[in-house]
Amino acid sequence: MPDDLTFSLVLVCNGLLVGLMYALIALGFVLVYKATEAFNFAQGEFVMFGAFIAAGAETALPLWAAIGLALGGMVAFCFGLERVVLRPLLGRPIIAVIMATIGVAALLRGVATLAFGAGTRAITLPIPDDPFFLGPIMLPPIDLLGAGVSLVFLAVFTWFFLRTRVGLAMRAVADNQQVAAAMGINVQRYFALAWAMTGVVSALGGVVWGALLGVDNQLALVGLKVFPVVILGGFDSILGAVVGGLIVGVVESLSAGYLDPLVGGGTKDFMPYVLMIAALMIRPYGIFGKRPVQRV
Amino acid sequence: MFYREAGVFKTSYAADMALYPLPATRWWLAGLAVLLVVLIPVLASDYTLSILNLILVAVVGAIGLNLLTGNTGQISIGQGAFMAVGAYTAANLIIRAHASFWIAIPAAGAMTALVGAIVGVPSLRIKGLYLTVATLAAQFIIEWIINHITWISGGIQATIQMPPPVVFGYTLHTQAGFYLFLLAFAVLAVIAAKNLERSRYGRAFIAVRDQDIAAEIIGIDIFRTKLIAFAISSFYAGVAGALYSYYLGIANYEQFQIDVSINYLAMVIIGGLGSVSGSILGAAFITLLPVVTRRVLEAAGGLFGAGLDVAGIIPELRLCLFGGLIIIFLVAEPEGLDRLWRNVRTWFRTWPFSY
Repeated sequence: MPDDLTFSLVLVCNGLLVGLMYALIALGFVLVYKATEAFNFAQGEFVMFGAFIAAGAETALPLWAAIGLALGGMVAFCFGLERVVLRPLLGRPIIAVIMATIGVAALLRGVATLAFGAGTRAITLPIPDDPFFLGPIMLPPIDLLGAGVSLVFLAVFTWFFLRTRVGLAMRAVADNQQVAAAMGINVQRYFALAWAMTGVVSALGGVVWGALLGVDNQLALVGLKVFPVVILGGFDSILGAVVGGLIVGVVESLSAGYLDPLVGGGTKDFMPYVLMIAALMIRPYGIFGKRPVQRV
Repeated sequence: MFYREAGVFKTSYAADMALYPLPATRWWLAGLAVLLVVLIPVLASDYTLSILNLILVAVVGAIGLNLLTGNTGQISIGQGAFMAVGAYTAANLIIRAHASFWIAIPAAGAMTALVGAIVGVPSLRIKGLYLTVATLAAQFIIEWIINHITWISGGIQATIQMPPPVVFGYTLHTQAGFYLFLLAFAVLAVIAAKNLERSRYGRAFIAVRDQDIAAEIIGIDIFRTKLIAFAISSFYAGVAGALYSYYLGIANYEQFQIDVSINYLAMVIIGGLGSVSGSILGAAFITLLPVVTRRVLEAAGGLFGAGLDVAGIIPELRLCLFGGLIIIFLVAEPEGLDRLWRNVRTWFRTWPFSY
């Protein structure tokens, strides 16, 4: 019995840590959706590109400068993207924005490989490689770091949205663009700001995920985990991104531990989507999402 | 094409309902038919024919997706998985029941239509973005099921060998033979879609897309209409998937992954949403993109000498072009190639008095 219990506990703990790192990526998605209602299919590629910049710069610069460059690069990129691609698409059907972000995703993947090469790069963070042990449970430092970064972001963004004037303005824009504009809020400036914030989150997410998995084209695939996370948590909820991330992380870890031996593998990538379909049927706006009033 | 539609008087209902009411259009089409059916198979090289064959398969799939996404307004990122359902249905029927293509291809379509309708069921409760994400989930789940149930996927690497189709006692194994075979299906797909668009269902699709509440008020059952759209679109996808595996000689799930779904979405976006001729143009455009990129780069590589590793950067450059073109079309010409073509036509038609 103790072995079974330990096994479950280990799976749950690993799932929670990975889940917090998913939350970091989902956070970038939620920030943009919340403010601009744009559905960003390129979130995974944003993370990948941030990681590529950091990994590329790290060969020549100290780590802090490389991370700074990744942050600056991603913020500038997101500003430009909003300006050149997304602003002309305002008021167009949702498929326009979806396809535009899919286009951006393809473009980023191509450019990243052209600029940085197809090989896998590494990001070396100044943290120990040896895992900590909490009883029988193994905690890799990189997962702990990722979880820590996620929690810090969660706290900072919650504070930002609830306690600052800019955050208040962003919530107003998210709630109703026309009324916000009528109250003297420069809506487009806050759209740009929301994208820039996504740039920050993506760059740091890229550093953490890049250090965990290595930096190459495949890193963008973590973006596919964003959809189950945000559907479960709610498209427009920061807390939802964290809770959704935790649920997806744990479900993934448990299904990899218990279901894979039964059916021959691969359930890790599949169960989150089954969960997502269930969530869509029962509570499509997510656990913490704003319940829209609409006729179907 | 370039002519003015003056002096046309319709004297019967049949003339009014004709798919191509103008004699000039019919002459153009007859010319096109001669070109496609007689001249191309005789004159074109095997390489050209192989590209045309890929385009013809893509035309069938793109028309199907366009009926759902362009006409009915339901975005689907599951086209690849639907094609996989069609491919494996056909493959299993051929291998297990020794079915001919007369049975295998319609059955593939029917099976996929059923699966598509099931995927469309969430539209009872969700719409817009949520439904899009549901189709994305369907893509992954269908892919996983096919890959992990060996009864469907045929075991080793999820690959089933397909014998070439036998048409009226003649076994197809040349590119030209396949070309005519695929052309027949593509033409059928075009005619069926053109007629569907002006039928009761086609009009209902457009009403649901443009204003679903208004559509419901004038008596359209929205849920039923969406399910029909999913089913018809999936039927096309299933046929396209079956045709593609016939052409390749194998059914393999790796040919139907999410990048295929995205390619098809790009076809209908670049071609023009809600337009059959747009689907054809988009299918040709996206299929030709890597071919043309390769050609141009190889020509350019000769200019730069051996210093440039041309072959190595083609896939990346293709991705960049693909992404860039989608963005450019969305921002600059949201109605796609079809609209560009109509603009050119209008310019010639109204010339020299364009105002």
